[in-house]
Order: sequence, then structure tokens, then C-alpha cells
Amino acid sequence: MSHVNELTARGRTQPPIEGDCIVQISVTVNGTTHDSDVEPRTLLVHYVREQLGLTGTNVGCDTSSCGACTLHLNGEAVKSCTVLAVQADGQQVATIESLEVDGVMHPMQTAFMENHGLQCGYCTPGMVMASISLLNENPNPTEEQVRLGLEGNLCRCTGYHNIVKSVLACASAAAVSGSK
Amino acid sequence: MIPAAFDYKRASSAAEAIALVSEYGDDAKFLAGGHSLLPLMKLRLAQPTMLIDIGRITDLSYIRDAGNHIAIGALTRHMDVETSAMLAEHVPLLAHAASHVGDAQVRHRGTIGGSIAHADPASDLPATTLALGATYVVQGPNGTREIAAADFYLGFLESALAADEILTEIRVPKMNGAGWNFQKFNRRAQDWAIVGVAAWRRGSESGVALVNMGSTPVLATSVSTAIAQGASVADAAKLASADADPQADNNASVEYRTHLAEVLVRRALDASS
Repeated sequence: MSHVNELTARGRTQPPIEGDCIVQISVTVNGTTHDSDVEPRTLLVHYVREQLGLTGTNVGCDTSSCGACTLHLNGEAVKSCTVLAVQADGQQVATIESLEVDGVMHPMQTAFMENHGLQCGYCTPGMVMASISLLNENPNPTEEQVRLGLEGNLCRCTGYHNIVKSVLACASAAAVSGSK
Repeated sequence: MIPAAFDYKRASSAAEAIALVSEYGDDAKFLAGGHSLLPLMKLRLAQPTMLIDIGRITDLSYIRDAGNHIAIGALTRHMDVETSAMLAEHVPLLAHAASHVGDAQVRHRGTIGGSIAHADPASDLPATTLALGATYVVQGPNGTREIAAADFYLGFLESALAADEILTEIRVPKMNGAGWNFQKFNRRAQDWAIVGVAAWRRGSESGVALVNMGSTPVLATSVSTAIAQGASVADAAKLASADADPQADNNASVEYRTHLAEVLVRRALDASS
């Protein structure tokens, strides 16, 4: 329960009130299984950011509109501001931090870099995670399908053109490497 | 935003969920995908003291051919409704409407049963299943009962579900090749409809339901009656709001919604005819 006091000290949650229960969860995040105590009301995004220290996942609107908090739950993009940490108990979570392996970026990250798919960068972790999920479901999307598929992710810089270009570039690069 | 504190139990079957809700009473709420309930809890518009998580009841997630209808488990996610080949063949209007719910992330979590039980007049699937003449199967401490979609929606976020009942199945009649169309008018991607229309037509038979045109999803029976009596689509569409009670909000006045309903019903029926 130390985290509760820790968080309270930083003013991030209300002090525990009478009747609060603490639930034990076991979540595999980026391949590592964490056994943690959480309040049931702890949101998944707060769990990965504040309890596990994985701050690559951002909180944007906090109302399941903007998609900045997108991460993968069992391989699918979800908005972690609208999932309870207890709902991820026993499940697989992947955050933006899982993408780079041994100093090599994920092809989607490379595509965003090469196509200038980011400006301020705030929406980028969510965009990248949503885009990977999109290509998992539809490896060869049309431009329209990419735009529709990313409707849950907002870019306040309005840099959508290059984001869509990045996703299409990643899809065709994968198609090329797959055909070799 | 963080919800008010609550206790949490996870149910592994519908029977266990019903037993838990009977134990904890009115302050308990079922949690399915959480994409209607959690936003309300974060805004503290809802403050249940006990959440009963039914999201892991895997035997309530299915899409089955049941002869003259398709049976959909209440915990079937929007993404699975949207991409179901069986629904694409037999109830394409529902599969298509599911693709309009929220965005991909929302559709990975949200469930058809959660959306219907939440009974939000602005949601796409309550109105769509209403247009299709669906039947909802609910389970309670004394067994199961069937509720016609037309009898289910009682008021804003209020349904015929008793506090100790759980929605288990949605039965949607096969469309048997009827023409259909779904209209959703909104100003931003992923938003709720300012007004929406789900419609199907087979000759003089039709079903038309309206999204966000009152405190419940609205079955536009006057439109269908006019079509059955041989009215033109344009004339029938003039009756679009006859059964509705639209409200003004930040997005639209009553007059604007009324106008929009006529235009969208006309478009939907033209495309279905």
C-alpha cells in the first residue's frame, strides 16, 4: 500500500477513504510480470506511468477522445485512461517502451521519423501504438482506411498528413520485406 | 480524473454476477467493457460503491446463427460485431453501424450488451437493434426473460432491466436481403451522432429508428406506416420526428435536429429502396 501514500503525498489521488479496498493484480507489461497492489479505481494509464514508471504513455484529454494514452492490451490498441488497472489483471500490456529492441527502433517508429510524422511529439506514442494495431488488423490499408483507423487519435499540431504518410510507408515497407 | 473509490469483484459467470449484485444491491454496477460507465465515473456523474466486473465471462461473447435470427452474446465487442462475416451476410446494417461506434480503441473494449444496457439515446446500437426489431434476453435471480427492443428503453439511460438482471443475449432477425442504410451526422470524427438514422426496407415493409432524437432511441413508426400505405420516401420522411421528442443541446437546437431527422431519414430510405 506504500504507493497509495506515495501518490497521496504527490497529490495525485485522494487519500484512501474508509471502505477502500486494495486489489492485488499481476500484469505482464512489456514482457515483465508485475505483481502490484492497486486501488480498484486506479486507471491503467496511471498504473503504467506512476507505479511502473513507464512515462512514454501520455495522458491527453483524459476523456477517451484524444488517444494519447493508447497502448496495447493483449495486442490491441486501447485507451488506457478508460481501462482500470484491475481489468488488465492477468493480461498482456505493451507500451511504447517495448518497441525499441537493442537500440533498433520498430519499423513504425522508423517510418514516423523518416516521414516527419511528428511535430511536438505529444500524440506520437499513442499514434504509433494505434498505427501498429491498425496494421496488425489490416496490413495493406488504403489512405482512407488509415485516416478512419486513426480517428481515435488527435494531433493538436494537426500533422495528420505526414502521420498517414508514415503509416502507409510502414505498410508498404512491410509488404516489400514480406515478399522477399 | 479519477473515479470515486469503489470496491471490485470479478464474476466468472452470469449466475455469479447476479448473485453478487443481489448481495450488494442498488449501489453495485456491472462493468463490461467500461466505455460508457468509466467516463461517467471519472466525471463523478456515477459513483457506484461496488463494481462487478463481467468482462471476463467469455461464454457471453459469441455470434451464432439461430435459424431466423442471429444470436449475439451481450459481451461481444463492437470490433467483433463489425468484422463478423455472419453478420455481414445476414444483418449487414448492424455490422455496419458497429463500425461507427467511437473509434478503433473504443471498439476493442466496448460491448454490444454494454451499449444497449446503458440505454444512451445518442448511441448507435440501441437505435439500430430497435430498427431491426431485436429481442433482448435478460437473466435474473428467477431465470431468463425476453424483452422486445421496442419495450426496453424507458427513459434517459433507463431501461426495463431490473437492478439484479443482466443482459445476456441480443437476438436480431435476419434481414433476408432487405435494403438498408445507416446515417450518422456529426461534426467531429469518433463523436456521437447529432442525429442518426438506422433504416431497412423490403417493399412496403420497413424499420426506421432515430439516434439522439429524444430521451430514448426512437422507433419512427409513423414513417414505416406511411411507407406501408404507399407514401413516397420524401413524404414519409416528413414524419421523421412525429414519434420523437428532440432536445436542444450545445450541438443543435430542436428545430435543427427536426430538420436533420427528415433529411437523414429521406437519405436512408432512398438508399434502402
